[in-house]
Amino acid sequence: MRLQNAALGAAGLAVFLALGEAVPRLGLVKEEYFPPTSRIVRALADELSDGAFWTALGDTLTGWALGLAIAASAGIVVGVLVAVVPYLREATASTIEFLRPIPSVALIPLAVLLYGSELRSVLLLVVYASFWQVLIQTLYGVQDVDPVADETARSYGLGTWARIRHVLWPTALPYVFTGVRLAAAVALILAITGELVIGAPGLGARIAVAQNSQAVPEMYALIVVTGLLGLLINVGARTVERRALAWHQSVRGEVAV
Amino acid sequence: MKRLALQLLFVLALPALLVAGWWLASADSTDVFWPPLRTILETFPDVWTGERLRDDVLPSIWRLSAGYALAAVVGVAVGTVIGSYRRVRAVCEPVLEFLRAIPPPVLIPVIMLFAGIGDTMKVTVIASGCVWPILLNTVEGVRAVDPVMLETARSYGISGPSRLRHLVLRSASPQIFAGLRQALSIGIILMVISEMFAASSGIGFTIVQFQRSFAVPDMWTGIIVLGLLGYLLSVVFHLVERRVLAWYHGLRASARRSP
Repeated sequence: MRLQNAALGAAGLAVFLALGEAVPRLGLVKEEYFPPTSRIVRALADELSDGAFWTALGDTLTGWALGLAIAASAGIVVGVLVAVVPYLREATASTIEFLRPIPSVALIPLAVLLYGSELRSVLLLVVYASFWQVLIQTLYGVQDVDPVADETARSYGLGTWARIRHVLWPTALPYVFTGVRLAAAVALILAITGELVIGAPGLGARIAVAQNSQAVPEMYALIVVTGLLGLLINVGARTVERRALAWHQSVRGEVAV
Repeated sequence: MKRLALQLLFVLALPALLVAGWWLASADSTDVFWPPLRTILETFPDVWTGERLRDDVLPSIWRLSAGYALAAVVGVAVGTVIGSYRRVRAVCEPVLEFLRAIPPPVLIPVIMLFAGIGDTMKVTVIASGCVWPILLNTVEGVRAVDPVMLETARSYGISGPSRLRHLVLRSASPQIFAGLRQALSIGIILMVISEMFAASSGIGFTIVQFQRSFAVPDMWTGIIVLGLLGYLLSVVFHLVERRVLAWYHGLRASARRSP
């Protein structure tokens, strides 16, 4: 069944690529707008042999990783703090609910004014956008702590720190991982968007340059790279999650079936 | 009564504190980039009334609703088809995963090639970004329809549109709404960015205009407008969701009460 699914998936991918080749060749879409797959692949190969491409990729990944790390640690710390201190959760709920839906791209003009087209502008966007994902998931996770377990730990004389470490953290961890996984995808989107709009160095800026110089196949090649990057990040996050949560019911249940 | 007052205090205390902090900290700010909050609030009514409301805010909202609605229809329709047939799902999955992984804003240059820089481009960009979370969540939801219920429906002779409406879409609706919620924030982001690229109207366009002409307080009011818009839409969404999914939340609540 698994093998069959993989074969069907590969067939679907092949049809997709073949359509990409045939549609412009048959003249259904203008070739200048939508180059055939083979030309995109050639442009991709050219990109891969270009040093500047690798620098841009490195810049994008730096912005992504740094932003995600800052957002994740801040989200986890704030989340646990808010959940542990009595009343803090109720007091912050309305503020969180108000700040969260503010689209991070609203900060683009501010970032441009403050930092110009530097890495820091991108970081501002990435951190703002991914912070909420981690924070909300951490809050949900802490809320899920079994009150009986918490009371038991308390009656055995475990201190606040020990209870965070042994009761709260293991319960919240699956939620936190979900939050980080979502945040990783959001961080990539915002990193590339920031580069595209602000012009900070990276893949996004390279796409903007390709667009301005009418280098259409290169533009498509770079877009494919961003897609593959997104895919890789998603798969990577899932793998890390499965490894780190191997002990947890949700993962063990998955394996058993 | 006392409970209500306490609750109100909890809701309002921190926001009031933050705004007050901002007000005081920026009160005699001479930094060009951080104007006093008082100046921003005084600028606000001058900037966002009358003409600008009609020429910039309304077109933005129109584009967002059109793109979002298009994405919802296409996403639910295609998602239902893909979710219902195992083979179709196996064929489409890798391609869908790849297309979803592409950061939506990079499609703006591509869509500009095809659709120019008019409203069509912006609506298409919004729809093309919003469609993925809706589609994939619909697939998951349709996949998870209870097989016993499917069998029951079949044996009672319920089929076709009524099966789709009363069983498949209904039981998938919590998942579909999760997708719609994700799509909403992507939609706002794409609305703003598509207007920053090439436009002559819209909230995103206006804010960039202010930034380029160093009208900093005006720019801040734009950021506040976007924040309010985001918040407002999420409140509206929450209300709609509560209404449509009332049966589901009720079911969950009663399941929790009687384990």
